Amino acid sequence: MDKTDISLLEQITDIQGETFEGAYNIRKNGKGVERKVTDNINIVTKKDVSGIDIYVKENTKFEIVHIPVIITESGLNDVVYNDFYIGKNANVYIIAGCGIHNDHHKDSQHDGIHRFFLEEGAKVKYIEKHYGEGTGTGKRILNPVTEVHLKKGSSLEMESTQIKGVDSTVRETRGVLEDDTNFIVTEKIMTHGMQSAKTIFEVELNGRNSSTKVTSRSVATENSIQQFQSKVTGNTECFGHVECDAIIKDEGKVIAIPEIIANNVNANLIHEAAIGKIAGDQLMKLMTLGLNEKEAEQAIIDGFLK
Amino acid sequence: MLEIKDICFTRDNKKILNHVSLNIDTDKFVAITGPNGSGKSTLVKMIMGIEKPDTGKVLLEGKDITNLSIDERAKLGIGFAFQQPVKFKGITVYDLLKLSSGKEINKSEACEILSKVGLCAKEYVDREVNNSLSGGELKRIEIATVAVRNSKFTIFDEPEAGIDLWSFQSLIKIFEDMRKIVKGTTLIISHQERILNIADEIILMKSGEIEAQGSKEKLLGQVLEKPTCCKLGGQDNG
Repeated sequence: MDKTDISLLEQITDIQGETFEGAYNIRKNGKGVERKVTDNINIVTKKDVSGIDIYVKENTKFEIVHIPVIITESGLNDVVYNDFYIGKNANVYIIAGCGIHNDHHKDSQHDGIHRFFLEEGAKVKYIEKHYGEGTGTGKRILNPVTEVHLKKGSSLEMESTQIKGVDSTVRETRGVLEDDTNFIVTEKIMTHGMQSAKTIFEVELNGRNSSTKVTSRSVATENSIQQFQSKVTGNTECFGHVECDAIIKDEGKVIAIPEIIANNVNANLIHEAAIGKIAGDQLMKLMTLGLNEKEAEQAIIDGFLK
Repeated sequence: MLEIKDICFTRDNKKILNHVSLNIDTDKFVAITGPNGSGKSTLVKMIMGIEKPDTGKVLLEGKDITNLSIDERAKLGIGFAFQQPVKFKGITVYDLLKLSSGKEINKSEACEILSKVGLCAKEYVDREVNNSLSGGELKRIEIATVAVRNSKFTIFDEPEAGIDLWSFQSLIKIFEDMRKIVKGTTLIISHQERILNIADEIILMKSGEIEAQGSKEKLLGQVLEKPTCCKLGGQDNG
């Protein structure tokens, strides 16, 4: 791996250097380049399509799986299918993400389709980061799909971040929840220039005492546009809370489309959405602390997306 | 320390400040009181630069700061506690105290300042400064953000406003200890006798003008006997 590869990996994993703890699979320009498995976590290359299957043994506790993707080849359209099978009562961290470096005029695209199958009592914290860089006019496009299937008593917490450099993204997240399950999603997106970002979130609360909480915080600056579309269906006694907060700047546009469907009298579903520019009193407060207007604005955005 | 020279401020054909002049000496604790709409808040906002006068000047230690921005004045050593504390999504109490101090402070330093304003520091330092905090808690955090700055000249815009009596009773002790927490000169807008009672000087405003300015000993009795504001507990004589 060269310096660009290592720098991209650092951006999406927050790990300095190229040593990952636990199991990992590094994919570069459409091909697996490095892999490590452990006694409890196995990674197998798929035979029918491009991608991997990740098997976590039952009762595996506090292990980490890294599956970063980097793209440095301009004009590449990489589609990958990764399936995660998490055994009963396992508790693991999964860190994914994609970094694209594009210095040329052709578009580079990565579509990562991730499916999670959690057995009873399993717990997963899933972190994904998306990042783009490079001086070329070719677009950096990322279209992640996340599908989550939660069996009784399992839970998945997902943190998804896109801070910089992604020209176009459609992010789809779907969940099907059985009894006593919990699905938490926190999404942070910042767009600038002519970028566009669309989030589609759909969850079916099928099991008793299933719950979901989705928090989306986004900042749309310059001429960028974002759309947040969510649909939560409560089919039984369940709880769903979707919160979409967006800051708009310059000519930025944000569209929030909420949909909550209660098919059962004991379904408790909430949707909150707020879009607006940075509040004047917030700027003023920080200016009384000695920050100039630009610094105050940055501090507010940094806090909002933290 | 701070001098206000002949300030006028008119909005919507209403004279909000009418030829106001004022001198505040170094290390004094000065309270401004007066009826609602008498121009108190507007006057202190002129000092911070939140409002700009139509005519007149503001001088800090002899330097004309009338045309300086809010942040430039903050850098010169003016601090301001808002009447309605501002809330931020995502910014924690610790983040805000770091921004306020203008340097990297560690968590134990942040906790120390929170303890001084009567908050159990460990419970608050990592909380977001958002709607989950009560009015009284936000007031204390607001005071902490000002206290951590060690400003030369600190303004409190009616700190008792917007909180219930129960919260105020526990907050009042903090204001009584204000001199230990906030260094330098303090200018505080208040209608509360207990706050006026700890001031060195009282300024009484009415209809955009300063009606009286003098020592607490000289003015407190007058303010309480003939209150211009019934919030002070006396009879409103109209």
